[in-house]
Amino acid sequence: MRKELTCIGCPMGCQLTAVVEGNEVVSVEGNTCAKGASYAKKECIAPQRTVTSSVRVEGGVLKMVSVKTAEEIPKEKTGSCMKALKDICVKAPVHIGDIILADVAGTGVNIIATKNIDPAERALA
Amino acid sequence: MRKDYDIVVIGGGPAGMAAAASARESGITNILILERDRELGGILNQCIHNGFGLHTFKEELTGPEYAARFISKVKEAGIDYMLNTMVLDISPDKEVTAMNREEGLFTVRAGAVILAMGCRERPRGALNIPGYRPAGIYSAGTAQRLVNIEGFLPGREVVILGSGDIGLIMARRMTLEGAKVKVVAELMPYSGGLKRNIVQCLDDFGIPLKLSHTVIDIDGKERVKGVTLARVDENRKPIPGTEEYIPCDTLLLSVGLVPENELTKGMGIDLMRATSGPKVNESMETSREGVFACGNVLHVHDLVDYVTQESEEAGKAAARYIKSGLKRGAAVEVEAAGGVRYTVPSSIQPENAEDKIVVRFRVGDVYKDSWISVYYDKERILHRKKRIMAPGEMEQVILKKEELQKRMGLKKITITIEEA
Repeated sequence: MRKELTCIGCPMGCQLTAVVEGNEVVSVEGNTCAKGASYAKKECIAPQRTVTSSVRVEGGVLKMVSVKTAEEIPKEKTGSCMKALKDICVKAPVHIGDIILADVAGTGVNIIATKNIDPAERALA
Repeated sequence: MRKDYDIVVIGGGPAGMAAAASARESGITNILILERDRELGGILNQCIHNGFGLHTFKEELTGPEYAARFISKVKEAGIDYMLNTMVLDISPDKEVTAMNREEGLFTVRAGAVILAMGCRERPRGALNIPGYRPAGIYSAGTAQRLVNIEGFLPGREVVILGSGDIGLIMARRMTLEGAKVKVVAELMPYSGGLKRNIVQCLDDFGIPLKLSHTVIDIDGKERVKGVTLARVDENRKPIPGTEEYIPCDTLLLSVGLVPENELTKGMGIDLMRATSGPKVNESMETSREGVFACGNVLHVHDLVDYVTQESEEAGKAAARYIKSGLKRGAAVEVEAAGGVRYTVPSSIQPENAEDKIVVRFRVGDVYKDSWISVYYDKERILHRKKRIMAPGEMEQVILKKEELQKRMGLKKITITIEEA
């Protein structure tokens, strides 16, 4: 199977053509450096993404806290990850690194907070 | 209230925090940051996506995480800061007039001022798109704040005009939150955004990017009902017969950023046409002695890591100004030529410089397999090949203080692009 993709290694944005057989990339064309080949190999077999979003906070100085997957997760899990975050509401205080949701969408990866949210009564002026 | 500070920093975003922290490390203990928002961190607080800090921390952080590291630095260093505080005016002798709820109107006298107010998005009014003024038209950054901080989704069916990074990031963000992003239209024949964002924010979700297209009409009186797109020719004029109506309830504009220099202008400081930011020398000092500038108020950056580096230089220089003063006298002009739109700094006084002087610049077009060249007067001293350069990516060259000092009588440094 042939796959067309754009390399993200640098602003060149080479148009790559990868030939995939089974679970292996057997050839990459169109790349002008080694970055392109390794990107195509990873992206064609097991594309991964860090998913970032924000969820509601109760009793905090702000209504939302930003969150991310602690590691990259398989790209096709992005949708179910977002669904799992839809109705989550956490209580302030929240600290960077706090686990907001463990093992999101069966990936084994936790959702963690990326911002500190103080409780409302301790709000800075 | 009336207080004196050695250094007053205007703005508590990444530039202001890095400048303040580095001035503190250089031995200045009496520093005040004035911030108009309710928290430090500036625009990073709403940039919840990852990709920040690869240069500075060698790891990939989200915007709020990157900000938090500098907020901790500021707090640990015991640097004074005032939130919810709006600076109204800075007098030529560095008296800062500001106001907030606790103090009312007050003035602070500063030994040195560091301008770090950041930039603002170009609004609809700057684009001359005809139509009524219905609800549903937002700048991409406003939508980003609504979704990520306030918790509102501003629309369900979205068209985005402009393919800068904020527009691309918002295409993904709105999609993940359940909106349908129908198209991203870009006036230019190339996107101003990073390749990574085009792939991961558009291609991942099958969102089409229409290059050489613009919005020529907005339909709807109370709320946006749709927009008309048209292809543009090489002069960026819409081509009759290429119009296409796209129903939508929301139009996001990601059409450029402009440094926010009202305070700077009020002080009578010289601005550069190409950047809308102040002209600065090797010390990041503006045309007004003891007034420094860094970050997006100086020129719009694409990477916060470079904002941090530049602001640390400004903080160090301001500290030097307070402690021992900067040398005055004939400076070497830095000229942007042949495809280089501008340089920061635009003049160098070698005696004041650090051992290595970073000159940052942007090119005006896409250049493939071309050379960055640096001339000292007529002599070419650097000739470096680049596979690609684009207006969306800031470039830099590093000059050595030692070499500049060896050349007595050097008048001009020219930075230019030479094509194959």
